[in-house]
Amino acid sequence: MTNTFDKIQTVTVGSGGAANIEFTSIPGTYTDLKIFGSTRSGSSSGNQLALRFNSDTGSNYSRKLLYGDGSSVQSFSGTSETYARFAFTQSSTFTASVFNNFVIYIPNYATSLTKVAGAEGVTENNATQAEASLHGITWNSSAAITIITLLDSGSTNFAQYSSATLYGIKNT
Amino acid sequence: MANPTKLVVDCSTGITEEIELTDAEVAQMQADAETYAAQKAAEETAAAAVEAKKVSGKAKLKALGLSDAEIDALVG
Repeated sequence: MTNTFDKIQTVTVGSGGAANIEFTSIPGTYTDLKIFGSTRSGSSSGNQLALRFNSDTGSNYSRKLLYGDGSSVQSFSGTSETYARFAFTQSSTFTASVFNNFVIYIPNYATSLTKVAGAEGVTENNATQAEASLHGITWNSSAAITIITLLDSGSTNFAQYSSATLYGIKNT
Repeated sequence: MANPTKLVVDCSTGITEEIELTDAEVAQMQADAETYAAQKAAEETAAAAVEAKKVSGKAKLKALGLSDAEIDALVG
């Protein structure tokens, strides 16, 4: 049961955009972590957001994806990937000045257990095309998570005013 | 030309810095984009195959005498 829910840090992208958002020196004093985010892409490509733990670019991530996009429902899985996709990007062609939103929950992030995470996200668009997704993520590592990097898998900048907030959860 | 930047927040100090990506990080970005393009193409191919099977399956059900409403109720 969650007894403590503390905001650790918030990052907001400035006028020049940013390729990545990184939370570093994450304290190991919580039980779980949670990230709330709201982003918009600088690109018209329909990419996906992804994350890395501890800057690990090895093939150590797996995922399960279930999503709907306004016309169909699909599910996919991936193993031995070099990042963990967790939500769809808000394309620059979507309704102006509107951002996607997502939540990532990372339990037991400071233990030596293999790390898992769950993520849900939606894009917002005044048209048929928009996505809602659920991701299950595994990071095959016994290391405590001290760095979380958010990125666009299509190598596109986050647009101005994109933001992410990291929270720490304690069960005591 | 300058490299793209990243926003780095140090959770122990609360200080956020905008830092230019290293050449190695830019190379990783490009590799990520290529990886994603390959993943996306594979997923689109798989989705098209599922859709084709759905159309084929519905046609076979209809040939058995099921109505469109009955088929939709069974398989969506």
